[in-house]
Amino acid sequence: MIHDVSGPGVIKVFDKLKKEGLISVEKLWNPSKVWVAEDHFVPSAEKISAENIMKLTKFTKQYGIEKHFKYGMGQYGICHTLSHEEALVLPGEIYVGGDSHTNTTGALGAFACGLGHTDVAYVLLNGKIWFKVPETLYFKLNGKLPENVMAKDFILKIIGDIGNDGAAYAAMQFGGSGVSEMSVESRLTLCNMTTEAGAKNGIVEPDQKLFDYLAARGATNYSPVYGDSDAQYQDVYEYEASELEPLVAKPFSPENIAVVRDVSGIELDKSYIGSCTGAKYEDLEAAAKILKGRKVKIRTEVLPAAISIYKRAMENGLLKIFLDAGVTVGPPTCGACCGAHMGVLAKDEICISTTNRNFPGRMGHVESQTYLSSPLVAAASAVTGKITDPRDL
Amino acid sequence: MGKVIKYERDNIDTDVILPGTYLKLHDYDEIAKHAMEGIDPNFHARVKKGDFIVAGKNFGCGSSREHAPIALSHCGIKAVLALSFARIFYRNAVDGAFLLPIEIDETAYKKISENDELDINTEKNEIKNLTKNEIYSMKPFSDIISKIIAAGGLFKYKPD
Repeated sequence: MIHDVSGPGVIKVFDKLKKEGLISVEKLWNPSKVWVAEDHFVPSAEKISAENIMKLTKFTKQYGIEKHFKYGMGQYGICHTLSHEEALVLPGEIYVGGDSHTNTTGALGAFACGLGHTDVAYVLLNGKIWFKVPETLYFKLNGKLPENVMAKDFILKIIGDIGNDGAAYAAMQFGGSGVSEMSVESRLTLCNMTTEAGAKNGIVEPDQKLFDYLAARGATNYSPVYGDSDAQYQDVYEYEASELEPLVAKPFSPENIAVVRDVSGIELDKSYIGSCTGAKYEDLEAAAKILKGRKVKIRTEVLPAAISIYKRAMENGLLKIFLDAGVTVGPPTCGACCGAHMGVLAKDEICISTTNRNFPGRMGHVESQTYLSSPLVAAASAVTGKITDPRDL
Repeated sequence: MGKVIKYERDNIDTDVILPGTYLKLHDYDEIAKHAMEGIDPNFHARVKKGDFIVAGKNFGCGSSREHAPIALSHCGIKAVLALSFARIFYRNAVDGAFLLPIEIDETAYKKISENDELDINTEKNEIKNLTKNEIYSMKPFSDIISKIIAAGGLFKYKPD
């Protein structure tokens, strides 16, 4: 997978190596296994971004890549969201993408791993790449998550416990009755933020729930892979779902975790419900549950992560709930999550966000602040204008 | 030989090394102008060819953007010496042959100061501090990493 940042990066690598006489790129290894997203800088805010989209289009045409999800032409969205909405990756597969949150897709029972431009260029040309087989950390969740606690809270808890590099170079596997109970979308949230713990990949064992999810998207032909019964784990961490509660990651690091009730009352300027982490259908549903019949007190944006999700949100009345609450609903984009465009933060602005990172300057000005949270917490905070536990609304 | 620019902090992430707004850029020299802008807006002006960055744990965590090692290498940074690295930054640095990611221990991290002049010998796994007349050890590269570095990047590397 490549998108409008890594794609032009890969094209640049090809151009450089061609100039050096190292390679010729007459054809790609297998264009039918490649897919392309336009997500980071769409809709284009200025001409460089627009030119990058043109470069992608030229590239996919030249090499016969058919799966190019184009902005303004039906289904498009954030690459990781498309991977599951369109069932582009299947259980048992090895999937690499030119984006760090490629880990997300491990929730579909695949080995899914993010790479840089040079590595992706190598894969596009050769269909292979080197990997060190990672050790595995196993995270077991006992019992069903309580009401108002989401998968986002669970993964924030884990990152707080093991730290930004707690899973460096390792695989993070999620299991236990709590994960079996979870929807596929919740599992995607868990795997998505394994990146923030430094993991090579996140993975959940396939089950009937996943097979049904994929079947609903037309995918039935694949070979699932399961863990061995005598698998050795580097570490096993066990959590009781009943003990989890709504959390935030405070500025300026995803490991900087606090219980929402311990920081409630912090005044906010903005609530952002978007990204591959926090704008899947169930994320929007969670936000709508809070916002129904209420008004937002601070600037609030909802950006569904793909057109298919946008459409379902419209058909099921979620968009009306958002608009009635005073929210601005935007198009799918990585946009402000990576400080690129469309709602970036000013100096001293404080934002609560369903996204995945809050390093200095991540969502805009280096002196802006981002609190990471679940969609429930982001929506509850939008209603009060302060960091708020949904249970206290 | 080169001088040290030292950041005494952990988790220097890719948003700091090259802020997201510049991801649309693909001209390497243009990218380099914004290197380290997140914490050190003067970086591009003060860095010289052959200089080193010294930093704490988990250097380069965050995104897969190859812009991060590109920005540093096209400013002239030859190697980053850190207590540890995030995996994508590490392999981007090596596979793209942009710079050397060198893991150092706490002793070296504490002893090396801003502006110290260093010389690195990757064959002996030695870091010479010419300013202080000290020698530190570095963590040897693994087998495959050594081979890719020796080849000059992934595309020049021929698997056995």
